[in-house]
Formats: sequence, C-alpha cells, structure tokens
Amino acid sequence: MTPWRGIWAGLALVALGLAVLASLPAGWLWPPQAMQVPFAGWLTAAMTWLTDSAAIGPVTVKDLTRGFATLVEAPYEVVKVLLVDGITEGKGRRATTIIPPLSWVAVTVAAVALGHFARDIWLGLLAGALMTYLAVFGQWDSAMVTLASIAIAVPLGVLGGVALGIAAWRWPWVERVLSPVLDLMQTIPTFAFLVPILVLFGFGPVAALLATIIYAMPPMVRVTIVALRAVPSEILDFASMAGCTPGQRMRKVMLPVAIPDLMVGVNQVIMLSLNMVIIASMIGAGGLGADVLASLRQLNIGGGIEAGLAITALAVVLDRLGQAMSERVARAEVRQGNWWRRHPRTTLVLVVALLTGALGQLVPALQDWPKAWEITTKPFWADLIRHINLSYFDQLEAVRVWFLEALLLPVRRFFLGLPWLFLLAVLALAGWRLGGLRLAGLVLALGLFIAATGLWELAMITVYLCGLSVVIAMLIGLPLGILAALNETAGKVIGAVVDTLQTLPSFVYLIPVVMLFRVGDFSAMIAVVLFALVPAVKYTAHGLRSVPPELIEAGVVCGCTRAQILRKIQLPMAVPMILLGLNQTILLALSMLVITALVGTRDLGQEVYSALATADVGRGLVSGLAVAAIAIIADRLIGAAAGRARARLEVA
Amino acid sequence: MIERPVKLACRHVWKIYGSHPQRLLAGGGVPSLEEIRRTDHVGAVRDASLEIGEGEIFVIMGLSGSGKSTLVRCLSRLVEPTAGEILYDGEDLLKASAARMIEIRRHRMGMVFQHFALLPHLTVLENVAFPLEVQGMDRKMREARAREVVQLVGLQGRESNFPRQLSGGQQQRVGIARSLAVEPDLWFLDEPFSALDPLIRREMQEEFLRIQRQLKKTIVFITHDFDEAIRLADRIAIMKDGAVVQVATPEELVLAPANAYVAAFTAHVARAKVVTLGRIAVPGQVERVAGTLPAAARIEEVADRIVLADAPFAVERDGAVIGHVTPAAVISILIGRQP
Repeated sequence: MTPWRGIWAGLALVALGLAVLASLPAGWLWPPQAMQVPFAGWLTAAMTWLTDSAAIGPVTVKDLTRGFATLVEAPYEVVKVLLVDGITEGKGRRATTIIPPLSWVAVTVAAVALGHFARDIWLGLLAGALMTYLAVFGQWDSAMVTLASIAIAVPLGVLGGVALGIAAWRWPWVERVLSPVLDLMQTIPTFAFLVPILVLFGFGPVAALLATIIYAMPPMVRVTIVALRAVPSEILDFASMAGCTPGQRMRKVMLPVAIPDLMVGVNQVIMLSLNMVIIASMIGAGGLGADVLASLRQLNIGGGIEAGLAITALAVVLDRLGQAMSERVARAEVRQGNWWRRHPRTTLVLVVALLTGALGQLVPALQDWPKAWEITTKPFWADLIRHINLSYFDQLEAVRVWFLEALLLPVRRFFLGLPWLFLLAVLALAGWRLGGLRLAGLVLALGLFIAATGLWELAMITVYLCGLSVVIAMLIGLPLGILAALNETAGKVIGAVVDTLQTLPSFVYLIPVVMLFRVGDFSAMIAVVLFALVPAVKYTAHGLRSVPPELIEAGVVCGCTRAQILRKIQLPMAVPMILLGLNQTILLALSMLVITALVGTRDLGQEVYSALATADVGRGLVSGLAVAAIAIIADRLIGAAAGRARARLEVA
Repeated sequence: MIERPVKLACRHVWKIYGSHPQRLLAGGGVPSLEEIRRTDHVGAVRDASLEIGEGEIFVIMGLSGSGKSTLVRCLSRLVEPTAGEILYDGEDLLKASAARMIEIRRHRMGMVFQHFALLPHLTVLENVAFPLEVQGMDRKMREARAREVVQLVGLQGRESNFPRQLSGGQQQRVGIARSLAVEPDLWFLDEPFSALDPLIRREMQEEFLRIQRQLKKTIVFITHDFDEAIRLADRIAIMKDGAVVQVATPEELVLAPANAYVAAFTAHVARAKVVTLGRIAVPGQVERVAGTLPAAARIEEVADRIVLADAPFAVERDGAVIGHVTPAAVISILIGRQP
C-alpha cells in the first residue's frame, strides 16, 4: 500500500509539472490526426442507408418507423383530445369545438381522487392545489400537453420495460444482450438520443414521445428483472405444485407478488418521462418544455421562471402520487353493491367531468380558468431579477470573476495541458490497481476511442467542467449528508429539500442560473452542481445511518467523543456508500453538463447540441458516445474502488 | 405393524449438482461421497430408496444440509433428479411429460412450505381457492370448496383477511388449507412448523394429527426436529450427507440405532415417549391384572395408570394377550434405564 501512495503522489506532481510548467507542443497534447477514425461519417452513412434503402423483405425501414410512429400516435391523439383539444370541427381559427376537452375542474378533481386513493385526503388536496396553481397561473394548456405525453409515455414505457424484463428473466441470452445496451443507455446523454430519433421520425410530438419512451424504459427493465428474481423460491415451488402452466405462473403468481417492487420502477419511469418530455421539446414535444426553451432563447426571464415553476408543480404532483402508489398497501376495503358504490372515486370524477363539460357551455369558468382571473407573475420575476442584477451586479460579478479566474481557468489550463498519452497511462494504471487487467483494458480501450474520435480537446473540457462541478458538489454534499445523518431535524429538512430537487427536470436548473450569471462556464457549473448535489447528500447520509449501532456503542464504551465516533467509526464504515454517491454524482453531472450546452459551454455537450440543430446523426452520436465513454470510465473505476473498500470492511 | 400398500416409492434417486453430474453416474456407477467432492460436485441426494405406504405419516429427518429438502423436491419433481425412479401409484413421475406433471400436481399432490409461500395480494379465501382457480374451476364452486377447508383448519371468519394480517400459526393454517383444497392423496409438508414459536408449533402438531385422523392422507413430512419426528411419525427416515441412513419406526430408531450417528440423535430422547408396551411386556400369565392395554400404546401415554395400579396390566395385540407389564418395568423406562 505504502509505495503506491508515493507513486500516486509522484504522478500527480508530474502531471502538475507537465501541465503548468512545461508548455508542450500540441502534438504531445492531443492525439495525432493520423489515428482519427471517421466514426461520424460511418454512422451518418449507415443512418442514410437505414432511412433510404434498408429493407426487411418488402418492408423498408422507413415504413417500419412510420408504422411504429402510428402505433404511438393513435393513443396519443386520444389523450390529447381528452386533455387538450377536445373534438373540433373545421380547421385553424374557424374551428368550432363540438365537445370540449376535460375541464380544469374535472382534471383537478381527478388529481384529488387519485391522491386520496393512493394515500389519504391530504395528498389529494396537495395534488389538487398544485393543479389549481397551474390553472390560476395560466400554465394549464401547456401543462396538459406535457401531461398528455406523459400519460402515453409512462404506460408504454412500463409495458415495454416489463416485457423486456420478463424476456431477460426467462432467457439468459436476452439478458446478456440487454445488459450492456442498458448500461450504455443510462450513460449516453439525453441529447444524443434525440438525434437519431429526429432523423428516423422527424420533428414533432410523436418523435419526442418515442424518445421519451426509449429513454425512460431502461430502469423499468432492470427493476423487472430484479423484482422477478426476488420472488421467493418457495412461491415458485408453490406455483409448480399448484399445477400452474408457465403462463399462469407469470401472470397469477410472479407478477402480482413482484408488484410492490415493480411500482418503484413505475415511479422512476414517471420521473424520467417528465425529464425527457421537457428536453424533447428540442425535437418538437411542445408543452411546458417548449415554453422554457423559448424563454431561454429569448432571455425572457419571467416566462422562463413561470414555466419552470409550472414544471416543478407538475413534477411534485407526479412524484408524490407515484410514490404514494408504489407504497400503497392494498387495503381490505371490499365494498358491496353497484358498480358506482364499489368505485366511489371513479364515479365522482366521471360525474364531475360530465357536469362541468355540460355546464361549461353556460358557465365558461368551469371549463377553462378565465383569462381575466389569471395571475401572471412574469413582471414580478422580471423586476426581481432586474432589481437583483442592478443592485448586486458588482457582487455577483465579483463572485463570477473570482470563480473564473481562481478556479475555472486554472483547472481548465491544467486539463488542457496534460499530454494525452500520459493521461491514458495513468487511467490504465488506476484501472489495473483497482480491478486488474480487464478493467485496465476497458479503460484504455474507451480512452483510445475518445482519442480516435478526434474530440480529445472537447472531451478534456468536459472532464474539467464535470470534475470541478463534482468536487464542489461533494464539498457541499458531504457536510450536508453528515449533518442530515447526525441531526434528526436537519435530516428531515435536508431530506425534503433534496427530494424536491431530485424531482425537477434538468432544464429547470438553468433558468435562475442564467438569469443571475448570464451564459458561460460559470453558470453551467452552478447548474451542474445543483443538479448533481442530490446523490452526494443522500448516499453520505444513508452510508452514515447504516453503520451498525453496536459499532457505535462499542465506540461509546471505549470513551470516544462524538467527533471521534464520526471520524474513526462512522465515516470509514460509510466509505463504500459515499463512493457510490460520488459515482452517481459524476453520472448526473455529465448528463447535466450536456444540457448546459444551452447556456453556451464549449464541450462535448455543445457538439451534441449543434449536431441536433443540424440533424447530423454521425456527429451527434459520436460525441454522445464520447460522453458515455467518459461516464463509463468514471463509473467502472469508482465502482471498483467502492467494491474494494467494501471487501476490506467485510474482512475486518 | 399393519402392512400398507405402497403409495409412493423412490429407487436409487440421485441429485448431484456441479458441471458434469451425469459423468459421475455413467454406467450405473455408485460414486462415494469423497469421489463426488473431489470432482467439485455436490451430492445433495445420494442413492435414496424409500417406500411410503398409503395413509402413512412418513417423516424425513435430518440436519440442515442433509438433503432432506432436496429429496422431497425430487419426490414432487420440483427438482429434476440426476438419476433414479420415482413411482407414484406405480407411475414413474420422471417419465411424465410437463403436461402430465401439471395434471398430477393439480389433482393428486399438495404441499405445505416452511415459510408458508402465501400470495400476499390475495385474501385467505382466494389463497385457499388458488389451486382450484388455476384448474379453471368457476368462482362459486371454488369458493365453496375453499370455505370448507378454511373451516377444517379452524380459520372461519378470517376469509377476507390478507396474509400479513395473520399470525405465523394462522398463516400456516392457510397454507395447510390451500394444500388440501384439491383433495390430494399425497401430501408433502416441508418443515411446516419450523418457522413457528415452540408453543404454536406444539398446537399445530396437534392440529395436524387431528386433520390426518380425519383425512388419512399419505404424508411425507420433512423436519429437522427429532422430537417432532417421533411425535408425528409412523416411520422415520434419517438422512445424512444426502444419503438415507436408516428407515424405522421411532421405537426402533431409539432402541436399535443403525450407527453411531443415529444413536447420537436418539440418545437424549426420553424412552417413555417412543417405547411401546409390546416391547417391554413379559410373556406369561399373572394371577391378577389391573386391566388390559394395547401393545402399540407408548409408555408415556399409559404410565400414570400402570404406576398407580396395584397390579400388572395385561398387554394384548390383535385381540390376543401377549404378556404383562409391571409398574417396576414402566418406572425403569421412565427414569431412563435401558430396556
């Protein structure tokens, strides 16, 4: 152990020396042009072939994608009619509504009923209040467009995920194929998904919907596999002894038994769908995401904040309802009598929907929240931000400049000054030390892939921004996590804040940051830190809380002070968990970093973003894969370190 | 002992886990334990042969890892044996097709599990009716039948509860009711009472005997508790390292253990619990007897009467007096002298 400490310290010094003192020629810093492989060109060509001429028998891929799109489009249209459009006659301005969409009252009552069904009336009232907020603040229409997408994406994502999960459980080869695909899909940045979808399905809500479904499905697949595996073997034996056919065993025994676990996956699908539906506004999803995007582009402060708050409201409703559903214990409320007596809530919602629909013709306020009563906070937010910017410009600017000059620029110089071969060698060495030759090989291969894409410099900028954000997130997150674990009140407050932060789609983080610090690396860094903070806090708190109480008692008996218990017992025992938190923080930071391309960073994310703007599949995918490669390198190295730390603690 | 027709038999059943289990058994070979271990295989069941009579309570007893659970799963074919024959009413189950196995399990086998294996999303009644539902019986009929068995295990009034609302003992009653719903001839119980508290376990054993007196199933009962085995069993098979060491009545096991391993097990068993009057009866007539007792009665059950009487008891088997027992002989068993 000891000589290695020296070696690592030496390598760090060499790196510092190389980067700061020696100014090496560019040929040393970046991989030579000669080793670049035109991946992007190949991918673009492959995609062109796929869309233009590829065919399975008489069916071209184009037909296939169209068919697929129709498959998703039909239910989407139905939901959209229900929530947004209603049934209309005629086109454009002269369109007259024959049957209106569900009134805001009906949808709100449905939210209350769902909350009551899932937990209690308080949850119902919370959901109802937030829905009313959407109506009062004039966000209703956009919110319903977003909700319509989610209402389609979630069931399809869940069904697809469960089906794939069952297949993977049933046939090991399916899992062998799926597992690396799922790994890649969780690390590849969201924007990179959008490019091929854009090319295959065009611009519009259906393409956005498909991107959402594909993006939200992987966790459901994983959860399904785990949940099916967790069904006790005795229950499987029982199913056999009861004479179940394989189909009956799955349908009547395994899936119902696995439902509590599956619901956790459903909740994840809901939240990921919301996140992606917002981002997919880039390829035409419409709704709240489009509002945010438009506001960001026009620097429309008030509009951005309003739409952002609406997304937050919707996210909180969906998250709380989803969580309550997943924790819901089936209550033994067997009701007798007619259908409406047995389903009082459904009946209530149906009655309200019909009544408000009919009465809405006479009293329009029941159908749509009247425009005159809408409260707009746009001027308020705009004034507030203007006020802050006017009064505190110097301070804000000082902070920004200090961070840029003291932190961002030196770190950036350091990373850009490292010779690429040296960095690869160090990574491979770390891989070898942590996980043997296989890991070293993997890390080296991924590193060489990035070198071969010709995106090395952009990758280094990504690493610098991501690395710095992660360090800051850990510096803030660790103490917060420790505080949350040690103090119950603080734990509750921090837990609530962190849970809310976690439900917000990544887009929302950009809004306040841009308003205060304008575009650039510093804004990007703050947004990334905010977004990536959650796992740092959560895992640290969880790691500290799960230290066995008898170890702490042993410390107390030995006469440790509280600080000593923390330093000598709790923190060392929590190291594996904290490392996992670090791992998650890095992954989140990378995914957010790509989105900060919107506020003008110049890294791999920007490359993906501009590829999206020009529908350049090859460029988008290759830069996306480069981000994924960075994520996988970090994930495997830290995962191996966490594994070693855990193994060491178990032996002890 | 009454001779019973054989209901279930297994012949030379093997279950070997590892990379090439067939290779070890190739050509009818009988590999030793060392051989199996040396080749990195695990011999979960080794050359087990048993015959279980109709209406018999047959207990398979062994410590954890002895292979008893694997053996019962081989008998029900939940685990596919590596080699051997399993004959249920003369039909070799290992040759049965998947569809035939489903048919047999639906109508002629029931099983009770150690951790109950109840379906958490179904009520008591739905759990009990589940095997019938799988067969495709309509709701009315299956619920009527389920109510009957729920009544049999004394859970009436609990039909619409969910398993989590019941105590462990009640949950196992549901498990028992469920396994009996299809009226199987053959009833497997895999350590059914091991997860219960000692007091409840005792109560459930009584309950089990009561149900068996009423239904007279053929029972294969797994346990690791020797006291439970001798309380319930007509015959006991003792297993060690996957092999059947001895098959005998509780009395024979205690009085004539096949080897040191069985002897160690039985050493601490109170003799009065297993020894029958027939075993200690002294042949010949006495002038005055206090009464007549059956030869199959265990000493524990009748000790009170014999010790308090002022004369020996006559012992009869199949209507004929075979000898007599004196209070002194009973006391000598009670205080643990070897018979």
